[in-house]
Amino acid sequence: MAAKVVTITSGKGGVGKTTTTANLGVALARMDQKVVLIDADIGLRNLDIVMGLENRIVYDLVDIVEGRCKLRQALIKHKMFPDLYLIPAAQTRDKTAVSPADMIQLTDQLRQEMDFILIDSPAGIERGFRNAVAPADEVLIVTNPEVSAVRDADRVIGLLEAENKKTPRLILNRAKLDQIRKGEMMSAEDVTDILAIKLIGIIPEDDQVVPSSNSGVPITLNEGSRAGQAFRNIARRLMGEDVPFMNLDESNNLIKRLGRLFAGGKGI
Amino acid sequence: MTEPLTAIKGTKDGLLITISPTEEWGVVTADLAARLDERSGFYAGGQVRVDFGTRPVRKDELMSLRALLERRGITLNAISTASATTIDAASALDLRASLNDAVAAAGALSDGEIAFNSVEDGTYGVLIRRTLRGGRTVHNQGHVVVVGDVNPGAEIIAGGDVIVWGKLRGKVHAGANGDETAVICALDMMPTQIRIASFISMPPAEKRRKVRPEMALIRENRIVVAAWEA
Repeated sequence: MAAKVVTITSGKGGVGKTTTTANLGVALARMDQKVVLIDADIGLRNLDIVMGLENRIVYDLVDIVEGRCKLRQALIKHKMFPDLYLIPAAQTRDKTAVSPADMIQLTDQLRQEMDFILIDSPAGIERGFRNAVAPADEVLIVTNPEVSAVRDADRVIGLLEAENKKTPRLILNRAKLDQIRKGEMMSAEDVTDILAIKLIGIIPEDDQVVPSSNSGVPITLNEGSRAGQAFRNIARRLMGEDVPFMNLDESNNLIKRLGRLFAGGKGI
Repeated sequence: MTEPLTAIKGTKDGLLITISPTEEWGVVTADLAARLDERSGFYAGGQVRVDFGTRPVRKDELMSLRALLERRGITLNAISTASATTIDAASALDLRASLNDAVAAAGALSDGEIAFNSVEDGTYGVLIRRTLRGGRTVHNQGHVVVVGDVNPGAEIIAGGDVIVWGKLRGKVHAGANGDETAVICALDMMPTQIRIASFISMPPAEKRRKVRPEMALIRENRIVVAAWEA
C-alpha cells in the first residue's frame, strides 16, 4: 500500500482549508480508506478542534520531528472511524520547528500503512506553506468566490509551478448561488477563467458548517447537508471516480424552481 | 594582469558584483566568498545586483549563490545576464532579471538617447511561454512577449513593446525608459493599469465589451486603445 499525500492550501486565511481537510478526511474514512490528517499550522493549531479530538492530544508534530515520541504515539485515533488518524500541530512553537525535509521523512514513514495523508497547510506563502507542500503528490487549492482570495490562490499556483509540482486542483468554497445569479459574486467560470486550473469541487455556502466545526463533528457526517454532499463528492473524485458536479440550483420551493426553469437558470 | 574572477563595486543603485562568465562555478563562488569575507561586515545589510555576463546559471546554482550572500547578510536583489537559461532560473526564484550591459551595448546605446527604438531591426526581447500569475514581475530592457495570460497582480516593465498572446489583466509599463513609440498589444485587453513612457491609463469601468485583440499606443499625448490590426 502506498498512500497519496494531498496538501490543502490557499494563500489567504479563513477560506476553509481546515474545514476542507477535516471533511475530506472523514469522507474518505467513510469509504473505508485509511487516512491520516496532519495539521501543519504549527503555533495556530485548529484541525484537532474541528475533528473533536482536542482533549486527546498527548504528543504533536514537533514532538515526532524532534524525537520525543514515536510516530505511532502521536497518531490520535478518531472516535467514529478506527482508520482515521490525526497528527496535531504544536501549540507552543512556530513554523521553523519543522523543515520541508522533516515533512517528507514523516510522510514517507506513513505511506506504507495509509491510503491518504491529508496535510492542512497554514495560510501564507512562507515556511509553513513550504513545509506543507514539500511532500505533496497532489495539491488542492481552496478559494472563495471573491477577488482577494482568488488573487492569493493565483500566487500560490505560481509558486507551485516554480517548484515543478503537478498542477493543483481547485475547491471553490462558500459559493452563494443567489448572489452569483445576481452577478454580485464570482461564478465558478469566473474563477477558473483566471486561475486556469481544474475544479475538483464546489462547496455551497451552508449555515451549518460553523456550528458543526464548533462541535467537532464535520458537516459531511450530516447526510442532509449539501455542503457535506459536496465534500463527499470531492473525496470520491480524489479516489479517481468520475462524479458529476451536482446542481447547486436546487431549492425545495417548487414555484421558485419552476420560475427558474422558465428563466433559463442553470446550475454550476 | 589577468581579469579578476569576481569584482565588487558600488553603484548608485547599490552594490554590483560581476562574475567571470567562463571560470568554473565552484571557483568563482569561492573567490566571491573570500572577497566578501575580507571585508566581513562591511557589506552586511546591503543589496546587490549580480552580473553573470554570458554564463548560463541554473536555478540550483542561483539558489546557492543567494544563500551564500544571505549568510553574509547581503540580499540578492537583481541579476543581469545575457543568457536565457539564467533569466529562466531567476524568474523561477522570483528574482528581478534584466539583460545585461553587454547585450545593451550591442544595441549601440549612448547616454541621453532614447534607450530603445521599437521599429529598429535586431532589437532584443524575451519570450515568456507561460501565464504570469499574480505576484510575478518581469523587468526587461527590451521587448516582452508573453504567450499566455498576464493575471491580476502580475507586472511587466519593458523598455520596448509588450505583446500578450492571451488575456492581459495585470499591470504593464511599455517604453519604460521613455520611448513614446512603444505599444502594448493583447488578445484580450483588460489590464489593471497600463503605462507607456510617462503616460498612465486605467481601463474604463464599463461592463465587458466584445473581446477582440487590441493595441494601446500614444496618440496626441494620451494612451489610446484601438483594434490590433498590425
